[in-house]
Amino acid sequence: MSAPTQAEDQPRISIRGLSKRFGDKVILEDVNLDIMPGTSTTVIGMSGTGKSVLIKCVLGLLKPDKGEILVDGENWLTLSESEQLDRMHRVGMLFQGAALFDSLPVWENVAFALLRRGTSASEARTRAAEVLDWVGLPHVEDLMPAELSGGMSKRVGLARTICHKPDIVFLDEPTTGLDPIMSDVINRLIVRLHKGTGTSILSITHDMKSAAMISDNIAMLCQGHIHLQIPPNELDSNQDPMLRQFVEGRADGPVNCSDWGRNIEEALKR
Amino acid sequence: MLTAIGRYTELLCIHIGLYASTLGRAVRRMFSAPWHGRMLLLQAEEVGVQSLPVVLLTALFTGMVLALQSYIVFHRFAAESMTGIVVSMSVVRELGPVLVGLMVAGRVGASFAAELGTMRVSEQIDALWTLSTDPVRYLILPRLLAVTLMMPLLVVLADFIGIYGGYAISIYLLDQNPAVYIENTTLYMQLEDFYSGLVKAAFFGMLIGTIGCTEGFHCKGGAAGVGLATTRAVVISCMSILISDYFLTAWMFG
Repeated sequence: MSAPTQAEDQPRISIRGLSKRFGDKVILEDVNLDIMPGTSTTVIGMSGTGKSVLIKCVLGLLKPDKGEILVDGENWLTLSESEQLDRMHRVGMLFQGAALFDSLPVWENVAFALLRRGTSASEARTRAAEVLDWVGLPHVEDLMPAELSGGMSKRVGLARTICHKPDIVFLDEPTTGLDPIMSDVINRLIVRLHKGTGTSILSITHDMKSAAMISDNIAMLCQGHIHLQIPPNELDSNQDPMLRQFVEGRADGPVNCSDWGRNIEEALKR
Repeated sequence: MLTAIGRYTELLCIHIGLYASTLGRAVRRMFSAPWHGRMLLLQAEEVGVQSLPVVLLTALFTGMVLALQSYIVFHRFAAESMTGIVVSMSVVRELGPVLVGLMVAGRVGASFAAELGTMRVSEQIDALWTLSTDPVRYLILPRLLAVTLMMPLLVVLADFIGIYGGYAISIYLLDQNPAVYIENTTLYMQLEDFYSGLVKAAFFGMLIGTIGCTEGFHCKGGAAGVGLATTRAVVISCMSILISDYFLTAWMFG
């Protein structure tokens, strides 16, 4: 926990010239993005544009080919493995599928980071129960992850993300696969977390309602670059063709998908 | 043909490199805190206690069949009294560690690969990292230690049960003299025969742990990838046990 802190006008996370390719396929090319302290930034973009790769590079789960990731001015890419692990105390991450540990009951999942840091089991359990209550899941501490529904897993995942009071939270498609009501519940929880604790949030989503609700800043990732950055109130008014196509969910536009499947009727007849 | 050989050789080198790197990373972490003692105990119970039924049953029937076969052959030379020493030497020096190794590779190596593979494809290993927990230290090291430490203990029990299986068949079915049987067995067998089996067992345990954990940890491609990793873990572990057994024997007794 020896990470330096910086003034509030300096970015909490500064991604500089980040590039990543898998084999010949370029995923990210010279990505630049700043996340200011206490702000919530959402990255949107089509499937396969590298949104999850971006977050995984920041967290050290993938090694980028080029670039810098500065967190409060410290380049996380030059840290040793143990230093990187140490910095993870500051971070909370909600995975798309929640990624709960199957072999542990809910409370141990939620309090995992606290238990690893040496907090006593009774104290950790009390804290887990408290955070589970915040996410609307009282009395589930002793259930196993296999006994939870998709929405419950996601909320337990969110509880685990915030239980150890991180100052940077990463959310990978927090509302994907949830019904509209559950999505709204999760969005409200994220807004409450953000406003209530001043946590810096970097999330990725395809859900435009969610992006509008939880973000201070929306960045669109397209063909490996940050195509544009706008405040959420411009989602409906900004006339960028790429953004319009994405927000309106059209197959035709700058990314032309309207021809896909044009031969399906003939194929089905055959 | 040449391309295929080249591809397989490349794949083999990559896998050997991965196994060596995993083993090295785990061993380096043995000498510094934190140690996850609870995980080690859980794994030791899973590897040791849970494997007992299958290991002991295998040893018992191996000893029994070995006694039967040896008796039939020795009977042709009127050397039936040698049955005891052949059974015990075979079990202690070879069959004990090898058969227990193969059984544990099938049971434990497969479970390591499947468990870690599932954790990999469902992002649980990534989640560990983001929760400030070193996945190698938390997942691989306890499994590797557990199987390396438990294998010799399993082999000790398997040796006794295997020898008893041979004794029971020789005495109760083949009407041999128990006193001669025991005397011949103890006369020719030395302590180093027993120790050599234990050294082999620990080495096989290390192989099973390293291969199973590496295959699971580096698994890719969803459910199919987990299946492939599990199959590979079992096949490569079994092959490695049989191949390394020759070299260990040649080194220890050559």
